[in-house]
Amino acid sequence: MALSIGQLLQKKSKTVLESWINIQLQDDGLKEELLSNQEIRKQSEEFLHSVISILKKEDSQNTESPEFEKAAEILTEISTSRAMQGYTPRETGVFVFGLKEAFLSVLEKEFKDSLVPYADSQKINKLIDALAILTFETFISSREEVILRQTSEISEISTPVIRVWDGILALPIIGTLDSARTQVVMENLLMKIVETESTIAILDISGVPAVDSLVAQHLIKTVSATRLMGAECIISGIRPEIAQTIVHLGIDLANINTKASLAHALRSAFMMLKLEVRKTVEKPKF
Amino acid sequence: MITLNKETIAIKREQDVVFFRNRVNEYAEKIKMGLVNKTKLLTAASELVRNMLIYAKEGKVICEIVTISALQTGIRLTFIDNGPGIADIDKAMTDGYTTGKSLGLGLPGAKRLVNIFDVKTVKGKGTTISITKWKNG
Ligand SMILES: Nc1ncnc2c1ncn2[C@@H]1O[C@H](COP(=O)(O)OP(=O)(O)OP(=O)(O)O)[C@@H](O)[C@H]1O
Ligand SMILES: [Mg+2]
Repeated sequence: MALSIGQLLQKKSKTVLESWINIQLQDDGLKEELLSNQEIRKQSEEFLHSVISILKKEDSQNTESPEFEKAAEILTEISTSRAMQGYTPRETGVFVFGLKEAFLSVLEKEFKDSLVPYADSQKINKLIDALAILTFETFISSREEVILRQTSEISEISTPVIRVWDGILALPIIGTLDSARTQVVMENLLMKIVETESTIAILDISGVPAVDSLVAQHLIKTVSATRLMGAECIISGIRPEIAQTIVHLGIDLANINTKASLAHALRSAFMMLKLEVRKTVEKPKF
Repeated sequence: MITLNKETIAIKREQDVVFFRNRVNEYAEKIKMGLVNKTKLLTAASELVRNMLIYAKEGKVICEIVTISALQTGIRLTFIDNGPGIADIDKAMTDGYTTGKSLGLGLPGAKRLVNIFDVKTVKGKGTTISITKWKNG
């Protein structure tokens, strides 16, 4: 009795593995520096065995079978880790699609002159396609997770509180000031005020693209909180177009100390602290 | 009014707001809208998209580049949601009216920032607000 496609591939699994790994290594895009040869081999071997065990079954299309679930699990792990490491979808795709190529080339040699039976190649095609879809689904959702995480990381790091002078803090805000970010900004600022015993805080908004009613409200809240801590808050970096928009919107910033630029704010902070910045006059030697 | 360019953006969560605003910014730059008008448009858009997220949970925005003559092009944004609708639109359009505990400036402020402002709202069905800002004026 002739061997089934699954049994045949099982017998030839060493050749398939070699050919598949070669295909993967040939792809220029593969980041050699990220994934060692050995790692590719290990991942490939594990996955190959689970795929062959699916092909050996009658119902190879059944995505609920324990064999399929095992393969899916391995694949999910691989595409997740590749997405996290910054692989492109192409580099990830080569992994699955390369296996199809390896299967078919081994089978072609096996069947020599006659063609690979249609049903068999169809079986392989369908299975690999199902696995490829799974790969991309996991790949994309892991990428989205990376992006979400980066977004929150950026909002953390992009709100530094700088001590510009004894008693004066500056806080440049870049990007959109949403509720989550305001919380971070406010906490950082209030903590730094206590820590450095500062009495003036300058909130620079030159990097904020638009001040709508929500941003304005957040600014007002931050100013009030600062005042409660016994410090004065100056808002600087109000660009002309922002000033016009704020007026039309109807936001009242009259109770808030605002300045056009950070330099202006600093000057006014010096004045409040009764500090004077002067050019030194060189004394004549004699 | 003729539409030159049209795109629909789904608004489902906070992150979509930044994407949407960047898109409007690109549209405004495409027609070379001046900085002041662009900032006004972006701010009005920001108010309306926020209202959509807060009061209707989600919705969509249709962004269009529109023209009425060789001299006047602009951007029209249509905010469509299937939320609860606005119970008293006259009140909602007055400064300081809010059902939340906000400033209540979103709707009236947005109206002052654009050239055309049009609201259709049906209680229990949803709200559609369309704003147009001309490149000049
Ligand atoms: N898309 C909407 N669906 C249902 N109700 C809305 C919608 N947009 C606005 N409203 C209602 O209209 C009121 C006024 O809106 P407006 O944007 O002017 O003020 P606000 O959102 O309460 O405060 P602010 O925008 O100043 O932070 C809201 O409190 C809300 O009850
Ligand atoms: Mg509002």
